[in-house]
Amino acid sequence: MTKEHANWSPYDNNGGTCVAIAGADYCVIAADTRMSTGYSILTRDYSKICKLADKSFMASSGFQADVKALQKVLSSRHLIYQHQHNKQMSCPAMAQLLSNTLYYKRFFPYYAFNVLGGLDSEGKGCVFTYDAVGSYERVGYSAQGSGATLITPFLDNQLKSPSPLLLPAKDAVTPLSEAEAVDLVKTCFASATERDIYTGDSVEIIILNANGVRRESEQLRKD
Amino acid sequence: MFRNQYDTDVTTWSPAGRLFQVEYAMEAVKQGSAAIGLRSKTHAVLACVNKANSELSSHQRKIFKVDDHIGVAIAGLTADGRVLSRYMRSECINYGYTYEAPLPVGRLVVQLADKAQVCTQRSWKRPYGVGLLVAGLDESGAHLYYNCPSGNYFEYQAFAIGSRSQAAKTYLERKFESFPGSSRDDLIKDALFAIRETLQGEKLTSSVCTVAVVGVGEAFNILDQATVQALINEFEISGEEAPATASVAEEGAGDAAADQGGAAAEEEVAPMDI
Repeated sequence: MTKEHANWSPYDNNGGTCVAIAGADYCVIAADTRMSTGYSILTRDYSKICKLADKSFMASSGFQADVKALQKVLSSRHLIYQHQHNKQMSCPAMAQLLSNTLYYKRFFPYYAFNVLGGLDSEGKGCVFTYDAVGSYERVGYSAQGSGATLITPFLDNQLKSPSPLLLPAKDAVTPLSEAEAVDLVKTCFASATERDIYTGDSVEIIILNANGVRRESEQLRKD
Repeated sequence: MFRNQYDTDVTTWSPAGRLFQVEYAMEAVKQGSAAIGLRSKTHAVLACVNKANSELSSHQRKIFKVDDHIGVAIAGLTADGRVLSRYMRSECINYGYTYEAPLPVGRLVVQLADKAQVCTQRSWKRPYGVGLLVAGLDESGAHLYYNCPSGNYFEYQAFAIGSRSQAAKTYLERKFESFPGSSRDDLIKDALFAIRETLQGEKLTSSVCTVAVVGVGEAFNILDQATVQALINEFEISGEEAPATASVAEEGAGDAAADQGGAAAEEEVAPMDI
């Protein structure tokens, strides 16, 4: 008595990897720009990062159609917030909104694996990591997507973030400087590109700090 | 004579073919404090007089940002205006979500007008008691519309609504032909002159008025008090009068001279609005 399976799936996985690292007064959000389906490449130049607010950037891997829809919903909600409160949403507030938005579709989820990076109200870097249905926590760094399993152990070794369950609460942000963190991210992607077929082409890096936003791009292996 | 018999609800016609409840709603607009709007080819300016209930309370907000390319100034029942602004914002957000493009102003005012019309044809509703000056930008340039409680809307080069708006309208009628080619700053200056007309002798300061601009390359924004006061000082100090073609400017009270040290601001006595 084998169960009949659907011959069509509403989901597809477009691959890719996203990383974010929180610093004392900066935040680095990065994602590769390859979009694939199956064993084919759809494009080598697709941005997985979206600016949700002045101090909140979201990088998402997974099914890009769902990612796009999620980005649009959050952007519209942010507009409403700005009209009602006359100010931008803080990153922790956006984090909660993202969680609620994902859980809203608990029974037909957004196939999106998100990392939210930005600056909190004190100007410190913050990174939030999510699963597909909205479970989230604030961490010092995170990786999501096809290359996450390759990158996370490396970041664990380099950044050694304390557990959020520890008492007294320890600061999760890394003591690394901004330049060191950006370099670390480039190393992560270079390594992941070697072994993960879905990661490569180029990496888009967003650096957020008190002075504003900076964007960097680095070429990766195209095979 | 027959007015009182046929004005009980909005769904009753008078023998002369009028809906008195709708006309009464338009009266409510005339009671609100003045709001004026004017536009050139590339910019639109909204300005309004701030009324506070008492010295202790804050001013009522009469200018609302609807989207980056649209703003609205209201006169009349501010609560109704707030609700309609919320509707307009919602429409802009939904259109932007669906089409990834800004909602054309012309479309928005039609939706607004249709919404107002509904309230003139339901016995369990009442017309909105607010007039809206909608200033916006689209592919063909800057636009200014007036939406009234009746559900009608008109496009204007310049317009004024609210109490003592006739004074501003008279000023605008004199100057409107020069507006299409006006620069952004000249447009704002004209707006301030028009507001001054409605003040009927009261001193024009940035605490009494609010000014907002939208234009090509400039998202809708409300100018801050310091900027507005600086602009007012500019033309008060130079002793500039509201440029007149036929009317003669009279010397106003010397109170302006006391703080500016310059020539006293000339005021023109304009006919009172009804």
